[in-house]
Amino acid sequence: MKRASPQKGSPARGVPGAVAAAGVSRRDFLKSLGTTAISAAAMSAGGVAAGLEQTGTERVYGPGPVPVILSINGEKRIFQLEPRVTLLEALRDQAGLTGAKEPCDRATCGGCTVLLDDLPVYACSLLAIEAQGAEITTIEGLAKDGRLTKLQQAFVAKDGLQCGYCTPGMVMTLTALLRRNPHPTEAEVRKACSGNLCRCGSYPRIFAAALETGGAKATSRLEVITLHDHAVA
Amino acid sequence: MPWPSASKHLGKPTPRLDGPAKVAGRAKYTTDVAPAGVLYGAILRSRWPAARIRFINVEKARTAPGIRAALAVPGEFVVHFYGQELAAVAGVTRQAALDALSLIEVDASPLPFVVNELEAIQPDAPRVVPERANLLPAETAATGDVAAAFAAAAAVVEDTFTTQVEIHHPLEPHGDIVVPEGDEYTAWCSTQGVFDSRNDVANILGVPQNKVRVICEHMGGGFGSKIETWGNRGLCAWLAKVAGAPVKLILTRFEQALSVGNRPSSFQKLKLAADASGKLTAFEMTLFGTGGPVVDPADPGGGVVFVPAPYIYPAPNTRVKKSKLAVNAGRGTWMRAPGHPVASFGMESILDELAVKLGMDPVEIRVLNDPHEIRRKEYRMAAARFGWKDKYRTPGSSPGPLKRGVGCAGAGWMSGGEGTQAEVQVNSDGTVEVRCGTQDLGTGSRTVVAVVAAEMLGLEPAQITVRVGDTRLPPSGLSGGSATTASVGPAIYDACEKTLAELKKLSGVDDPRGARWLEACAKIGPNSLVVAGRWREGLSTGGAGGVQFAEVEVDTDTGFVKVRKILCVQDVGTVVNKLTCESQLNGGIIMGMGYALYEQRIMDSRSGVVLNPNFETYKLTGAADIPEIDLLLLDMPERGIIGVGEPATVPTAAAIANAVANALGVRVTSLPITPDKVLAALGKLPAGAGAGAGDAVLEQAFTRVAQAPATPATPFFTGRRGRAYA
Repeated sequence: MKRASPQKGSPARGVPGAVAAAGVSRRDFLKSLGTTAISAAAMSAGGVAAGLEQTGTERVYGPGPVPVILSINGEKRIFQLEPRVTLLEALRDQAGLTGAKEPCDRATCGGCTVLLDDLPVYACSLLAIEAQGAEITTIEGLAKDGRLTKLQQAFVAKDGLQCGYCTPGMVMTLTALLRRNPHPTEAEVRKACSGNLCRCGSYPRIFAAALETGGAKATSRLEVITLHDHAVA
Repeated sequence: MPWPSASKHLGKPTPRLDGPAKVAGRAKYTTDVAPAGVLYGAILRSRWPAARIRFINVEKARTAPGIRAALAVPGEFVVHFYGQELAAVAGVTRQAALDALSLIEVDASPLPFVVNELEAIQPDAPRVVPERANLLPAETAATGDVAAAFAAAAAVVEDTFTTQVEIHHPLEPHGDIVVPEGDEYTAWCSTQGVFDSRNDVANILGVPQNKVRVICEHMGGGFGSKIETWGNRGLCAWLAKVAGAPVKLILTRFEQALSVGNRPSSFQKLKLAADASGKLTAFEMTLFGTGGPVVDPADPGGGVVFVPAPYIYPAPNTRVKKSKLAVNAGRGTWMRAPGHPVASFGMESILDELAVKLGMDPVEIRVLNDPHEIRRKEYRMAAARFGWKDKYRTPGSSPGPLKRGVGCAGAGWMSGGEGTQAEVQVNSDGTVEVRCGTQDLGTGSRTVVAVVAAEMLGLEPAQITVRVGDTRLPPSGLSGGSATTASVGPAIYDACEKTLAELKKLSGVDDPRGARWLEACAKIGPNSLVVAGRWREGLSTGGAGGVQFAEVEVDTDTGFVKVRKILCVQDVGTVVNKLTCESQLNGGIIMGMGYALYEQRIMDSRSGVVLNPNFETYKLTGAADIPEIDLLLLDMPERGIIGVGEPATVPTAAAIANAVANALGVRVTSLPITPDKVLAALGKLPAGAGAGAGDAVLEQAFTRVAQAPATPATPFFTGRRGRAYA
């Protein structure tokens, strides 16, 4: 199962805005904007932020860049990011980690999957600022000392990829599956991959790679024959 | 064929060379390249499906924070679809660029528009191009005496079929990075042809071709949509020129659904006749479909009319009329086997109807009428392996609410390929670099180069460094028409053969391959040996045949179709890399399932927008949908190399549709076969609730095509080697 954001109410994550202060709620504040001549949409981000701060409802970050500390592949790194920057944008544009892709930017295809602690998440739909406090693992963090993991090796050997654009997401999703269930069945592998799309149609071999890593033998249904050898020919 | 008969690497499974980089996230796609100081581009698109644009003011955007360049499409012009490019900006962050788009002012007058085919074909519909009717003149072909043949036939069937607009949706979006360096430009392009893209960039910027270098090291899929240079590449190049800095412009998924091509729709009225033995005697087709606005009447629009007819099963008397129809929606373009899945769905469906009427087995009627010898054998082999005789039952006789059915269909594809050049560099330490300016879309062409070179030079593929995807390498054509392996393989063969001859002369070693390789190479000296080669006749061929059999289960309460099994028997000639060849067949089948059951672009008549521009509503085949796939590669080395990327996607939808009809006893004649259409076919929806068009409207539309003036047929893919689809 895939989550687009970390568990709510987890104070260790330091998710800003998760807990509203007493008094006027964010909802009330935003609703109040609708009663005036100026609409929320027409206000600048700075204006909305200042308004929210004034009501004392929430601690406001931004809209300008703020320091964001992310722990990525075992290394703590600090960035200056606008709070609207997603974790995926931070990883790709700021941290130089382009393994996670952005095929849909809509939490539908899984090409951006990274691990937050051991949980696979869609990095396109999580703000970088929300990912603070968790250990983020990207595809670049899997191979230790350049040695591919068993799953990565199986992807290569079984040809569990064609263009390779969905591959980092698939590998992260299945890495998470194999960590919580080292010997998955094919049904479990399919269910785990249900949030990841592959346009080249490599699914059968992605399943085979995961099954083999888990110790199950995927039965090959592929056969090469020559026309001359075939009984019917 | 001169390919070695006892091969060490050819036809064996070789893991793709770039696999380790791709599974570790190290492979750099166009989207991943970020030169120092790169600016991010973004495009302002029309929010009108049709409008006259008088003036676009980008001044406020140009001076917005972080913006380094802003430009607009010049002059007065008419937009023809929602999403057409109007202006673009480049800024220091993506957010800055997106913010600045809202500052661009557009002075426009909206015009009436029409986005759906059955509205566009009406005589009083808004004109997409004001000067002419939306329905273009029809391409017409006729042989024999059709009327007499229908009158004399033992059985005649007639039906109409419709197919949807399908979107390529490669997971890597379209995009480029253009870097100006003095009077030269380096461009990273996500492209199916680095040389074609180079020529396009040079043309757009008005600079000589030798001042532009295009690189595409890894590519995240194209399926035909990255053959053409679309508006976004031109805007990216101009932004870079204006800013004097590198600009990266990558499309969003939403933009992918609007303006970078699609597979055109079709509406086909078919009539087919046979004598009492089942031999076809007459065929008639009236077809129209849309490839978008069709602003230029010569625009193939993705091959609306390139629907081979009659598809693979000829009849002596035929009459065919095919016409393009303009609508206010994004342009059609080449998509994996253009025209063929469209043709296959109609022809294979009506052929099954004829078989039922004659009381014939569907496999038998195909074998009787198919002139392609290999494909006839494939039908026999597939039927035996599939257990066809046990599984095929009278249509609709499957008991219970979950009905099982089986169906089959055939495919042909021209394949072929030519023109590639390559060079081999051998160094004195025995290492080898093979250079070829082709590109690897994910098809495994990089690995093909290594496998052929390893086979010829007596080395292991891993010992060979392969360079592809760069216009500084010897030229190769664009990757389309499944022509890459058949074009590249022979060039590598030729270069390696000449390398061995040179090495022999230079080293005195009679056969430098294998055990004496290092000894021979040691004689090369400090200046490495570089030998060029080029494509030559006799190592690759075309005219690929294939068949697929499908088994489905249809839930008659929900209308949901579940594919249980697909068997594919494919004519593959000389297999170069078994592993990647099979992966392409899997991919073709799985994409064909999407065409059969899930994928369709939906246009809103009132607003003119694409209603399903991302994957939560545009449904691709997913992990849960994958059936048992059984592949049989018909390895015939004497045929030479045949590309397989496209053939395997052709018959899947037709085979599934025939299996659904076999399960239900009634036919769904419209793709994709969604649950509502199944329920409508079963009479389980209230009248008028179905998604299909009214019969009268459709009949009227076909009458208009039949009355349209005739034009001669446009040749399909001229200049490409390889036989037609026979």
